[in-house]
Amino acid sequence: MLSLNGIGKRFGGLTALEGISFNVGKGSITGIIGPNGAGKTTLFNVATGIYPPSCGAVLLEGKDISKLPPEGRARLGLVRTFQNIELFGKMTVLENVMVGLHTQSSSGLFACSFRMPWQMSEEKRIRARAMELLDFVGIPELAEVQAGTLSFGKGRLLEIARAMALEPKLLLMDEPAAGLNSSETAELADLIKKIRDLGVTVALVEHDMDLVMDICDQLVVLNLGTMLAEGTPRQIQDNPAVITAYLGEE
Amino acid sequence: MKSDRIKFLVFALVVLLMPLPLSGGYLTNVLIFVGINSVLALGLNLLLGYAGQISLGQAAFFGLGAYGSGVLTTAYGLNPWLAMIAVAVCVALFAFAIGFPVLRLKGHYLAMATLGVGVIVNIAFNETVDLTGGPSGLSGIPNLSIGSLTFDSDLKNYYLVWVFALGMILLSLNLVNSRFGRGLRAIHDSEVAARVMGVNARLMKVQVFTLSAFMSAIMGSLYCHVMTFISPNSFGFHFSVELLTMIVIGGLGSVYGSILGALLLTMLPEMLRTFQDYDIIVYGLLLITMTIYLPGGLVEGIPALFRRLVPAKKVTEGSDA
Repeated sequence: MLSLNGIGKRFGGLTALEGISFNVGKGSITGIIGPNGAGKTTLFNVATGIYPPSCGAVLLEGKDISKLPPEGRARLGLVRTFQNIELFGKMTVLENVMVGLHTQSSSGLFACSFRMPWQMSEEKRIRARAMELLDFVGIPELAEVQAGTLSFGKGRLLEIARAMALEPKLLLMDEPAAGLNSSETAELADLIKKIRDLGVTVALVEHDMDLVMDICDQLVVLNLGTMLAEGTPRQIQDNPAVITAYLGEE
Repeated sequence: MKSDRIKFLVFALVVLLMPLPLSGGYLTNVLIFVGINSVLALGLNLLLGYAGQISLGQAAFFGLGAYGSGVLTTAYGLNPWLAMIAVAVCVALFAFAIGFPVLRLKGHYLAMATLGVGVIVNIAFNETVDLTGGPSGLSGIPNLSIGSLTFDSDLKNYYLVWVFALGMILLSLNLVNSRFGRGLRAIHDSEVAARVMGVNARLMKVQVFTLSAFMSAIMGSLYCHVMTFISPNSFGFHFSVELLTMIVIGGLGSVYGSILGALLLTMLPEMLRTFQDYDIIVYGLLLITMTIYLPGGLVEGIPALFRRLVPAKKVTEGSDA
């Protein structure tokens, strides 16, 4: 689904990532883990086009997307959520999801200002679809609430609904469980599995090991900007290099 | 949706009936400029209040519209309506062309770049004396006319300007409550997130910048035909700041706020006559006070004040456009 080939990223003299290569299998849930400062978020930003890679290539279904801006990648089905939740705070919950449906609609400046009939029916369709998505994540009652006033947990659910609006083939989630309490995390785990069951490939960066071990089919471990290990959760748990990186030398 | 329609109809009715009690007096004349300034403020508000992109050069587009129509109709004797359309299209193309490099900038840098555009255009009005008459202005611009109806009185001009203004206000209301408007507000809240959602932020910013320039140019053309005389002073940096003050006072991100701000700040200079050139200090103070104490502008402030004064009754607040 997604292949990273020899990704490197430098900020001035600082090497944030070096020689990262792995595949995210279609229909899988892949976890990217590693200690703080390992380069996980940077890797996400490179994969989604927020930063260009210094070297290497990002391939989506075999197609090189390294040069595409974020909105171009979104159109191809590569969608992400953010660690600190990037909602449109001054808009309502429903409107947030409707922005997510931007790529599923096409009315431009003229059609919108003149309220063309096709624009009106498109608007109706978007609104109905946005409500469906709020149902899917379980917050339909919050539709008219201003997004900036949501709790962190609800905000996370909204962000996922908004990302799902783009009908992603691959959903990248940056620390989805960060800031959630244990019952919210359990709900999140169910939701992520539900998303996978819809045929969406999921890749996530996460610190919560219980969550990762529970839902991931495949893990990639980063340390100091390089790849330390790759394998199933079981293999990673027993990998001596990983244990050293997390717990230090014995 | 329906309440928005009714709100607009009530507003349009008030506008259309307004001149009756005034019977063409001085106030009618002032309200012509309220109409022009409303659209100029609205254009800037679409850009700043909705998309979050500042422009300190709006007066330039207004001036280009006015001088374009003025020169084409006096020196070249072109039909004023034809000139208006041709000039507006050219100004829009100009804005589109400079929009791509300029709108890559953010914050102070964007403010400086648009300020620069405004200043350069104003210098051009002053220096191209052969074409524009330079600092002494351009006179003898004809009134607009349709068939035998010539717009030569305050009352006629009032309706001329406000029919255009109402049209643009209606289109703007439609725009902000649509896919395009949501895209703009998303860019304002978080450009990165908007782009990840597939919103083409770069293009949309340029589109709304172009739209605001187009609206300003049309108003510029109307202005020159209403005034029949124009001079560069009306299109300087000072006026760009005035427009900015209008929308900050009225309400950023509100269509009706733009109109309220235009109404207040068009009436205000009449009262500030005694301060003469120092009125810009008053604008500065207003800007500072509003951003500190009432960042939502008067359209948010007045209902909030009302709620505080009448706590028992529930004041229903319409979804703000």
